[in-house]
Amino acid sequence: MAQVRNKREGLFWFLAIACFAIGLIGIYDRLVNGHVNANYGSYIPWGLWVAAYIYMIGLSAGAFVMSSLVYVFKVEKFKKIGKLSLLVALATLVGALVTIWMDLGHMGRAWRLMLKTNFMSVMGWMVWLYSAYFILLIVELWLAMRSDLVKCSRESGLRGKICNFLLFGNKDDSPERQAKSARLLTILGTIGIPLAIAFHGSVGAIFGVVGARPYWHSGLTPIIFLVGAFLSGGALLAFIAANWAPNKGTEEHRSMIALLGKIILAMLALDVLLEYAEITVGLWQSVPEEAESLKLILFGDYWWVFWFVHVGLGVVVPALLLIFNGKSVRAVAIAGALIAVTFLAVRLNIVLPGLSVPEMEGLLHAYSSRGLTFDYFPSVSEWLVFIWSVSLAGLIFLLGKTYLPILDDKEAKGLN
Amino acid sequence: MVYHEDENGYVNTECDETEETRTEVEQAATFDRARFLKKLGSTVFASLLVPAVFKDQFSAKANDPAETAPEFPILPEPTEDEDILVRMMRDVQRAMKKPVDQRKWSMVIDLRKCIGCHSCTISCASENKLPEGVIYRPVMEEEIGTYPHVSKRFIPRPCMQCEEPPCVDACPVNATWIRKDGIVEIDYKQCIGCRYCITACPYGSRVFDSGFSYMDGLASKGEAYLSPEGAIVYEKAPAYEYGKKMPREDHQSPIGNVRKCHFCLHRIEKGLLPQCTVSCIGRATFFGDANDPESLVTELIGKPNIMVLKEEMGTRPKVYYLV
Ligand code: SF4
Ligand code: SF4
Repeated sequence: MAQVRNKREGLFWFLAIACFAIGLIGIYDRLVNGHVNANYGSYIPWGLWVAAYIYMIGLSAGAFVMSSLVYVFKVEKFKKIGKLSLLVALATLVGALVTIWMDLGHMGRAWRLMLKTNFMSVMGWMVWLYSAYFILLIVELWLAMRSDLVKCSRESGLRGKICNFLLFGNKDDSPERQAKSARLLTILGTIGIPLAIAFHGSVGAIFGVVGARPYWHSGLTPIIFLVGAFLSGGALLAFIAANWAPNKGTEEHRSMIALLGKIILAMLALDVLLEYAEITVGLWQSVPEEAESLKLILFGDYWWVFWFVHVGLGVVVPALLLIFNGKSVRAVAIAGALIAVTFLAVRLNIVLPGLSVPEMEGLLHAYSSRGLTFDYFPSVSEWLVFIWSVSLAGLIFLLGKTYLPILDDKEAKGLN
Repeated sequence: MVYHEDENGYVNTECDETEETRTEVEQAATFDRARFLKKLGSTVFASLLVPAVFKDQFSAKANDPAETAPEFPILPEPTEDEDILVRMMRDVQRAMKKPVDQRKWSMVIDLRKCIGCHSCTISCASENKLPEGVIYRPVMEEEIGTYPHVSKRFIPRPCMQCEEPPCVDACPVNATWIRKDGIVEIDYKQCIGCRYCITACPYGSRVFDSGFSYMDGLASKGEAYLSPEGAIVYEKAPAYEYGKKMPREDHQSPIGNVRKCHFCLHRIEKGLLPQCTVSCIGRATFFGDANDPESLVTELIGKPNIMVLKEEMGTRPKVYYLV
C-alpha cells in the first residue's frame, strides 16, 4: 500500500516537473517573441490564457470556500483538510495570476493595475479584490499552520529550517497563543467568504457587464461563475483529499470523502440547472447574437468540447460515479478529478463563443490579415504556457505539502 | 427631400431623383475636375505631404491652438464651386482656432456614394503605418438578396468616437479616455494590453497590435526591390499617432497595445483632414466640427436620412451615416 502510494506520488512529481520543463519553451517564446506566436489577436482578443485564468481562479475560490467550512463554520468532518484546502487555493491562485500576467500586452506595466486603477472598470475592482484575497490567503494559511510550524521547527533538515524561518523568531505555542490564532482565523475566514465571493463574482462580472457581447451580458454570468468555482474547486479538493488527507485510510477519512462527494454532486446539479437555464433561454426565441454563440457551443466546430468533454466526462460520468458509488473513496476521487480537469472546457466555452460572433455583419470579410479572424484554436506556444502555469501550481502544491506542515496530523486546537 | 426606398428599406441609388434631391453642398462634389486640379489640386496634394515635412514638430503640445495655428496650410479664397475637401479643410482650420472643448469632431459617411474601393482602409494603414493584424477603418460589405438578384452595401467603419464609449469604462488603468474635442484617445505608454476594451466595443473598432509584420514568412530575396529587407523599412517607419513619434521596435509600444482610429488627430491639429476623408474617391466621407453651424458636417447631420450604427447600444457615436 505504502509503495503504491509512493509510486503515485512519484508520478505526480514527475508529471509536474516534466510539464514545467516543457512549458518553459512556451514561456521563453512568450518573453522573447511577445504575442507573435499566439493565435488570439484583434477579433478574438482573449484565448486559452484568459480561459485558463478564470479556470484556475475558480479552483482557488472554490477550494477557499471549502476551507471556510473548517475555519468559519467549524465543520468537524473537514478539520483535517483545512490547511490542505488553503494550500490548494494558494497554488491555483498563483497559477492563475501568472497566466493572466503572461497574457498582458505589456507585462512590465502590471503595476498600473494597482496604482492607476480605474474604479469604473470591473477589472479595476477585480485586481484590488484578488490582491486582498491573496494576502488574506497567505495570512490564513500561516495562522492555520502556526502551531505545527513550532513543532516542525524542531526537526532537523530542510523542512525544520523552513518552519523555523516561517516563525520569524517567535516560537511561543502556548494555549493562549493558539486560541488567539484560532480566533484570528475565524475572523479572517469570515472576511474571506464574502471576499472570495466578491472577487470571483467580479471575475464573472467582467464578462457579465459587457453589453457588446450578448452571450456574456447577463446577470446570471457572475452567478454561474461562482457556482462553477465552488463545483470545480470542491471537486479538485475531493481528489486531493482522497489522495493526501492526513487521516487517509481511516473510517473518518472515508466518511469525509463521502460527504465531499455529496457536496460536489449537489453543486454539479446546481451548475447543470444554471447552464440549462442559460442555454434554453438564450436559444428559445433566438435573440440573434446570443443564439449564435450558443449554437457555436452546441453545434459549432468545437461541439465535442461541450458534448464529450464537458457533458460526457465532466457531468454524466462523475454524476453516475457519485450517485452509484458515492461511498467509495476511489470513485469520489475519480469523479473529482474528472470534474476539475474538464472544467477548463466550461471556461473556454464562456470566453470564446462570446467573441467568435462578429460584432458587425460584414466585418469578417472586410479585411483579411492575421489576427483579423473569428476562428481560434490555441497555438502550440499558448498550450505550452498553459501547461507551464498549471504545473507551476502543481509544483507549489507538492512542495508546500512536502516542506510545510500541511499534512501534519495534529488536532488543530481551539476549533471546538 | 424625397428619396426612394425599396421594400427592404434600402435606398435605390439608380432612381433618377438623385440630381434634384442633392443639396448645394453635395452638388459641390460634382465639380469640374479640370478646374479643380488647376485651382486647388496642389493644395490638397500638398496636405498629404505635410506630415512628412512637419514630422519633427509633431511632438509639440497638440491642444494649444496658438502653437499649431501657423502651421496650417494656406487655402485659396472660397468660391461657389470649390471642392468639398477644401471647404472641410476650412471647417477644420476654423475649429482649430476655437478652444479645444468647443470642438466636436464628427464624421459623416454617405453610403450612397461609397463605391467599396477600400481606398480609405489602405490610405489609413499607410498614414498610420499599421502592421499586419491592425486595421482602423475596414469597409464592411453586406450583400442583400439572393444571387443573381443581389445588391451590395459598403459600410466603412472607423472608430465611432462614441460620446458614451463603453471601451473607456472598461479600461482598468485609465489608459483610454474621451478628449475634450470628443476623440477617444488611447495612451500607448499607459495601456497594459489587457484587451478588455476590445471586448467592450460594440463595433469591433479596437484591435490588438500583436507585433505581426506583413513580412513574416516571406522568402528573402536579398536586396531585391520588393524583398522583405527592403519593405521592412516601410514597416519600421515611425507613426505619428496623437502627434507622438512612435518608431516600431520590438516589445515597444504600440506593439502589445490596443489601437484604433483617432480621426487622424495628428493631421487635424495641423489643419488637415483625416486621411480617409482625403483619399475617398467617391467623396463619401465628410469630416468637421459638429459644434460649428457653418460646417459641412453640421449641415449633413441635420438631414433626416442620417443614422448611426447600433443606436440601441446607447453609445451615441459621432460617426454618422447618410442612407
Ligand atoms: S467605436 Fe468602440 S472603440 Fe470607438 S469609442 Fe465607441 S466603443 Fe470605443
Ligand atoms: S487594452 Fe489598454 S486601453 Fe484597452 S482596457 Fe486594457 S489597458 Fe485599457
